[in-house]
Amino acid sequence: MTSAIRLSGVSRHYGAVKAVDNIDLDIAEGEFFAMLGPSGSGKTTTLRLIAGFERPTVGEIQIYGEVAQGIPPYKRPVNTVFQDYALFPHLNVRDNVAYGLMVAGVAKYARHKSADDALEMVALGAYGNRSPSELSGGQRQRVALARALVNKPKALLLDEPLGALDLKLREQMQEELKALQRSLGITFVFVTHDQGEALSMADRVAVFNEGRIVQIGTPEDIYYRPESPFVADFVGSSNVLPPRFVAPLIGRQVYGSLRPEAVYLADQGHPAQVTSVSFLGTATRVSITVGDVAMTMLLPKGAAIPKAGDTVQVNWDDADLHLMAAP
Amino acid sequence: MSTLSGMLTRISDTLWRKPNLLILLLILPPALWLGIIYLGSLFALLAQSFFSIDEFSGVIKYELTLKTYGELFRPSNFDIIVRTVVMAIAVTIGAAIIGFPVAYFAARYARGKWKALFYLGVMMPLWSSYLVKVYSWKLILAKEGILNWMFETLRLGWLLDAYLSIPIIGGNSLSVSATGTFLVFLYVWLPFMILPIQASLERVPHTMLEASGDLGARPYQTFRHVLLPLALPGVIAGSIFTFSLTLGDYIIPQIVGSSRRFIGQAVYAYQGTAGNIPLAAAFAVVPIILMALYLWIAKRQGAFDAL
Repeated sequence: MTSAIRLSGVSRHYGAVKAVDNIDLDIAEGEFFAMLGPSGSGKTTTLRLIAGFERPTVGEIQIYGEVAQGIPPYKRPVNTVFQDYALFPHLNVRDNVAYGLMVAGVAKYARHKSADDALEMVALGAYGNRSPSELSGGQRQRVALARALVNKPKALLLDEPLGALDLKLREQMQEELKALQRSLGITFVFVTHDQGEALSMADRVAVFNEGRIVQIGTPEDIYYRPESPFVADFVGSSNVLPPRFVAPLIGRQVYGSLRPEAVYLADQGHPAQVTSVSFLGTATRVSITVGDVAMTMLLPKGAAIPKAGDTVQVNWDDADLHLMAAP
Repeated sequence: MSTLSGMLTRISDTLWRKPNLLILLLILPPALWLGIIYLGSLFALLAQSFFSIDEFSGVIKYELTLKTYGELFRPSNFDIIVRTVVMAIAVTIGAAIIGFPVAYFAARYARGKWKALFYLGVMMPLWSSYLVKVYSWKLILAKEGILNWMFETLRLGWLLDAYLSIPIIGGNSLSVSATGTFLVFLYVWLPFMILPIQASLERVPHTMLEASGDLGARPYQTFRHVLLPLALPGVIAGSIFTFSLTLGDYIIPQIVGSSRRFIGQAVYAYQGTAGNIPLAAAFAVVPIILMALYLWIAKRQGAFDAL
């Protein structure tokens, strides 16, 4: 597995603020890699460090084996899809897409042909003469994608590219991006705060919190085997159980996590108080308190639904109770 | 009291129901002012330019003729127009070259206190009297002035002398040369170039420049293909100020510069002692036509597309 992008001990500080704090990262060639975290967790800064818009305070960045320090963005073999797309308003769609080729000195006819091919690839072949302001958000997103890919980058960096789209379009673009990445075979580095997006699209996910990477792994790892309460809560919306709750069950002072869908109503189990009930369509979410610990459970369609204020018995399989060594 | 508030309520209710009435009330005073005072005098001026003066009696003949406009093309008058236009172009280009980096710094890097300092620095020259500024420049540029003294002290007096010996732009000293006029124009109108450029640069998102670099553009390519086109409306707005203000000014060339006249001075002289109102009016129409032409060309070139 060849390394496409490698960060070793990289930090980016703004005065006393550690936006990125001692990060190690190894992204493989051809990988679809997601950087997931809440806002302000350092994931976008990390992407900007790779693109070259920011310089690391300390640490080393390598892009395809080449040390990136001192190499300006315009010489790096990566291209970025910006969160706000950053399409040039004074150029039409075709010239926007051809921009990278234009500044590289490609002749007009050739670059327009490449631009039209790239627009064809994102299903906007007929839109070359339009102005970016005439396009919808989803179309602009595709233009930004075509504009980056037409330069044949070794890695594509995407900064919350789907953040501004509505739900339905977002789901459609998720699938298209994934298919595009598979057919092109180039490395995608994808920043998102949406855990569903990261889990459904990425080969591997790095979870960021407060400038650090708290866990790297496959979506299954991250979802089923969180290493810390933060990951359990942020990624899986899991119930994080404090050691005082877990200790009586298994005899060890560790944190536990329990996914909402693993909790079920039972005849025998832990007595719980129902605090609220929300109908979600495919399932019903029930908030309960077990002892003094608040939990949520997801009840599938067709299950008997308790009412707020009811006292019920809940249980779960021991195999679903995941234990976390980290505090 | 209650009848007053009741009346006010009725008025607001009426205005709310008839929003067009409110707009009419708001627009009427400025429309009257612009329509009668400004446009009226402009048309009066325009009308004057189509009359002519009897060369022997000096009496204005109120018959429509293009004879006065024909006089503009007499070599002595045409020289004045060419000189003024060249000066206005030079001042505009000079102001754009000096103003752009200042505006860029203010828009991109200055924050908080530094931004306030920038506005103060740019605007402060506008607070003091125009005449005082022009006269102080005359002192700076005079043969006994500080600039000459600096050249002498640095043993570069020969350089200044060589420059001043160049015809047209040179003269006895900077204060009586076209270069001196240029420098003072540049100084006095510079704020009018910086502020619109700064305003237009503020509106260029930073990611636009990053995207350009990301796509492989070197800094000068980013400037040429992204920053300049996006800031062009501001540059054009600024150049409208510097160009038209230079075209119309008659005080600066009077105080600093050679005895060769500019359009403003010609207008001043013809409408004053010479009493040739029609020719003064015809001269005054020249900047209006030039500005209209300039804006038309700028629009055709797509200078306002990014607005």
